[in-house]
Amino acid sequence: MSIIKISNLTKVYDGSANEIVAVNNLNLEFEKGEFAAIVGPSGSGKTTLLNMIGGLDRPTSGEVNIDGQDIWRLSSRKLTDFRLKNIGFVFQSYNLIPVLTAGENTEFIMQLQGKPRNERSRRIKELLEAVGIADREKSRPNKLSGGQQQRVAVARALASKPTFILADEPTANLDSKSTETLLEIMELLNKTEDVTFIFSTHDARVVKKARRVITLVDGKVESDVSK
Amino acid sequence: MENLKIAWRNLWRNRKRTLITVASVFFGVIVSTFMSSMQEGSYSTMVDNVVKFYSGYIQVQNEDYWDHKTINNTIKLTDELLKKVSSSDRVSYVVPRLESFALASTNDQSRGTILIGIDPAKEEQMMGIGKWLSSGKILLPGDDGILLAAGLADYLKLGLNDTLVLLGQGYHGLSAAGKYPVKGIIDLPSPDLNRQLVYMDLENCQEFFSAEGLVSSLIVMLDSPYDLPHARRVLNKKIKSPYTLMTWDEMQPEFVQMIEADRAGAVVMKGILYLVIGFGILGTISMMLAERRREMGVLVAIGLQRAKLGLILFYETVFIGLTGVLSGFMGSIPLISYFYNNPVKLTGDAAETMIEMGLEPNMYFSWIPSVFYNQVITVFIITFLIGIIPVANSFRLTLAKALRA
Repeated sequence: MSIIKISNLTKVYDGSANEIVAVNNLNLEFEKGEFAAIVGPSGSGKTTLLNMIGGLDRPTSGEVNIDGQDIWRLSSRKLTDFRLKNIGFVFQSYNLIPVLTAGENTEFIMQLQGKPRNERSRRIKELLEAVGIADREKSRPNKLSGGQQQRVAVARALASKPTFILADEPTANLDSKSTETLLEIMELLNKTEDVTFIFSTHDARVVKKARRVITLVDGKVESDVSK
Repeated sequence: MENLKIAWRNLWRNRKRTLITVASVFFGVIVSTFMSSMQEGSYSTMVDNVVKFYSGYIQVQNEDYWDHKTINNTIKLTDELLKKVSSSDRVSYVVPRLESFALASTNDQSRGTILIGIDPAKEEQMMGIGKWLSSGKILLPGDDGILLAAGLADYLKLGLNDTLVLLGQGYHGLSAAGKYPVKGIIDLPSPDLNRQLVYMDLENCQEFFSAEGLVSSLIVMLDSPYDLPHARRVLNKKIKSPYTLMTWDEMQPEFVQMIEADRAGAVVMKGILYLVIGFGILGTISMMLAERRREMGVLVAIGLQRAKLGLILFYETVFIGLTGVLSGFMGSIPLISYFYNNPVKLTGDAAETMIEMGLEPNMYFSWIPSVFYNQVITVFIITFLIGIIPVANSFRLTLAKALRA
């Protein structure tokens, strides 16, 4: 059963001289537990697609149905709340809150969800152990390496127990060892936490790990291959 | 609580910038408190001088006296009237005075003066006239001499035991003339009064003006200047025609206008100061918003409501203002305390200018709470208003653009 259903999704950016069609009448579905990669050359619409699925960028037309709900029919407030409860984000440049420690960054979303303190503490430990940086719980992002920061970002994305995680080029700023570790962690969490991962990537190592690879060219699906 | 924690930590991400902004608020508060304290201190000293040496806080007069200040519009001094006024709430002293104009002459010089007949014992109690005595002795009840203000004595070139001739118009057109020895010279703090006052024993003065048993006013002193509205209300109920009440500000409208005009000038100065403080904070907040646009986008993306983001940013602005305002407040206390206890004595041209303007050549400072809290409240309101900008910004944030920033 699909948890995400994208129908006739189009995004047109109005440039001053000409229009740019970033995503062109696209139809896709994602099942629960998928580990999917969206690949394609720069400008093919990967990030725009992820942003529209994640409720960050409003489509020009079409629908993004998540668990039967067209998220773009929600008010701004409800959409934010929807993201909080259902979607985890991992960004290319980590984007942790610089003034919070690794533990506090992971805890932040649970605080927004209003989870009790003891549950939060337990989950922080659980997640930081899962991503292999339990010993850096009290460190602020500027004291962590890129790979460690991205692992905190993954822990943060998982903290709210989302339906799926959207990761935009998560390994783009990492060295090969960190990339390998991160992919292993994400693959493991995909199985243990039963959470769907959707990546946009250029990285062949990520593509290799993905069980489904969707190739976008000029905002259209060129191929959609499940392994 | 989490929002406050994040806001507080955010504040110190760029420690130097925050400290510079806080310092600008700190110095702004110090300067504006200093200015206000100096201003209010000068006003209250001026008012105090005028009230003590001349008008009192309230005067009980004949209802025609103020419009036609002649010796004919005086009132009969009765025990009943004295008791009625002195028994009123918040009234500390009541002293009778007979006041009129007289020409003071010596062999070479003449000048118009204000001649005031006083009850020496009561006046001593009320204003401690003795402490302003520069030479000679204070008046005693029944004394036939006079106390001469130092400025007037200088002008007339009179010293102790010299004789002053006074000429005036007495009750119902009678001539008033007399020769009086200078018993003492008093150096009054108000240069204006120092140029024209002559004090005489009340009975002696009544005799000079042929106005036996009459006084031009009862001077009412209060426990505190702030008691004036209450005392006026109480006395208004007791004092009926042919008497009337005049408060010091009604009797000295030019003086009040001068203070108001001076206050208005200071408002402009302080306004400029506040503007500088405001733009300092605004600059910091604008830079902070520009730098953290992506971070704000991330926070909303992961599920922070825009209103809460706005609140965090608002707290940051308020923290900057509050830190500056409170440190400025704390810093101004010892500063103002020092100057309150050690008024600045002006010398040279500055002192001359002040004297020419009829003011004391001293800069007094005020310690009243409003001097402090007015600045604190004003800067806090400025900060509060600037705090609205990041809140509005958080609602206008376009997520996809912010994430690309």
